[in-house]
Amino acid sequence: MELNSWGRYPRVTEQRALPVTWTTEPLPRPAGGGSLLPYGQGRSYGDSCLNAGGSLLTTARLDRFLDFNPATGVLRCESGVTLDAILRLVSWQGWFLPVTPGTKFVSVGGAIANDVHGKNHHRAGTFGRHVPRFELVRSDGSRRECSLEQNRDWYEATIGGLGLTGLITWADIQLRRMSNPYIHQETIPLSNVDDFLKLAMESEQDYDFTVAWVDSLGRGRNLGKGLFYRGNHAPPQFDAVPLSKSHLSRRSGLAVPFDFPGLAINRLSVAAFNWLYYHRQRLNRTGLVHYDPFFYPLDGVHRWNRIYGRRGFLQFQCVVPANDAGTAALKEILDRGARSGMPSFLTVLKMFGDVPSPGMMSFPKRGMTLALDFANRGERTYRLVEELDRVTREAGGRVYPAKDARMSPESFAAYYPERERFAKYVDPAFSSSFWRRVNGAG
Amino acid sequence: MKKVLVLGATSAIAQSTVRLLAARGAALYLVGRNAERLDAVARDARTRGASKVETEALDLDDLAQHEALVERATVALGGLDGALLAHGILGDQEAAQRSFAEAEKVLRTNFLSAVSLLTPLANRFEAQKAGTLVVISSVAGDRGRQSNYVYGASKGALSVFLQGLRNRLARSGVAVVTVKPGFVDTPMTADVKKNALFATPDKVARGIVRAADARKDEVYLPGFWGPIMFAIRGIPERVFKRMRL
Repeated sequence: MELNSWGRYPRVTEQRALPVTWTTEPLPRPAGGGSLLPYGQGRSYGDSCLNAGGSLLTTARLDRFLDFNPATGVLRCESGVTLDAILRLVSWQGWFLPVTPGTKFVSVGGAIANDVHGKNHHRAGTFGRHVPRFELVRSDGSRRECSLEQNRDWYEATIGGLGLTGLITWADIQLRRMSNPYIHQETIPLSNVDDFLKLAMESEQDYDFTVAWVDSLGRGRNLGKGLFYRGNHAPPQFDAVPLSKSHLSRRSGLAVPFDFPGLAINRLSVAAFNWLYYHRQRLNRTGLVHYDPFFYPLDGVHRWNRIYGRRGFLQFQCVVPANDAGTAALKEILDRGARSGMPSFLTVLKMFGDVPSPGMMSFPKRGMTLALDFANRGERTYRLVEELDRVTREAGGRVYPAKDARMSPESFAAYYPERERFAKYVDPAFSSSFWRRVNGAG
Repeated sequence: MKKVLVLGATSAIAQSTVRLLAARGAALYLVGRNAERLDAVARDARTRGASKVETEALDLDDLAQHEALVERATVALGGLDGALLAHGILGDQEAAQRSFAEAEKVLRTNFLSAVSLLTPLANRFEAQKAGTLVVISSVAGDRGRQSNYVYGASKGALSVFLQGLRNRLARSGVAVVTVKPGFVDTPMTADVKKNALFATPDKVARGIVRAADARKDEVYLPGFWGPIMFAIRGIPERVFKRMRL
């Protein structure tokens, strides 16, 4: 079985899968040695969920719910449970995820290990902030319940710890109340980056969810042209009907059936898509949308990563400070992307707030975060992504390991000053392709 | 099936089926060998909405316990209208060829223990004139093949036993559902190389619940195994014995 990351670059074939089925049993030991790394749904984009030459502790079968208290909204589940499974269990009971990334097909363990964020970062912070406790099992057989009160250092190292501190077996999640499954959404056209800054700042107080989609081909005065979305869970008055399972949206099982030819994503197709997207969305300025398309627009198309062809694609997500240097860097990154001849298919811009994360290696910090993706065209693409990495570093920003396949060891050291303290918590039997790369060991 | 006894509840197929029954609010009595594993399955079922979950750690190879087990489950759930027999072992064909002791293990777990459980269950259901017995057999029981005929024989014997039982219980309104899965991606087949014929436990579980609801007699899961096995059964023995299957 070949276990890939979502971007399907780099491709790793020489790694073994060791399924973990029961939380109470010792970690499997790889025959013939080699390092271990937990692997949930493989939704990290680059090499942070890969372990070339080693083994992956797959958690797909660690997918049991252990307890749910519908009065307090605290859910305890095993770490292989997906956010999708959680939504199916709790959403019709009036509860929702406190923080969700742009796909619900991630595991709870992966959401903690990458300390994922969502459209409400400015209000709620990262996923890790809503995980009051979890259990960590190490290769020496030790088990620790980790929280702010118990084993706090392990708690802080494991949130955002990229799966390197051990295996998370179960976790508690503090869910948030939801009156109905609809989001009251407003769409506002953006003409440029400065527009975005102004609107994002202005919307922070009154809107739980904010995000912008950017036309990656816009340059000059159109740099940062796009659409700004903001919204809140619709109020209970909207719908007097009690929640029920029928509110679980039934979306098509549409899937990309095969790898698209490598040239499908080109300047022309991206331009056409962007034009259609911009003009279709503009028609519909405010209104109610089900949470499913609002939070998970791409989940409706299974295996959408295949549109990039067999060679896969590279994501690049950075955060830069919301100051002049940061804004200049953001513009330079957008401009380099637009000029590259390898336009990003989906470009997303969002403002991070200053709600702190308990995780010592957590990615989000106050500033603007930009995500771009590039079809893999070999060296050209790698050089471009490495340039963007450099621009980010010089502006005092940082790159997101969950999306990364190329950052240099120097950049990693500059981005994550806590890494030396963190390294003490890395399980001696655990490693990843990402970890070896950013430490200059392969 | 509202009050269901599940035997071999920690197996992958049983776990997936338990989830579907739990979401409907069924009351469940879960039996397996390992208490910690059972506890995890039970907690999952409770969280998903089972109206009641009881567990019992028991080695089902201990046939002497079966009558009392069925009695305890009935008392605990306040009656019984369904049972799922999902315990079984694949065994090691080569070891079973070398030693009868190994073959006996497979026959005991897969066939004798099922007969021993189905006897009190069938009598109880026949007396109450209601209930559904769902038993996991295998496509391997449809024809003996050199690569796993001991396992195949245990399942083949089970399928024939179930035919007879169905014939007997039909007049009492008790359904006997023989489930014949093909290859399923579970810990039982961890060492078998996977191909396109492998189904997930979730898919098989959905088929089991559908078949139980419809009180089907016999189902292949996934359904494509029906025509495949029809073709395999149709090969003349003279030809079949020369084939490597």
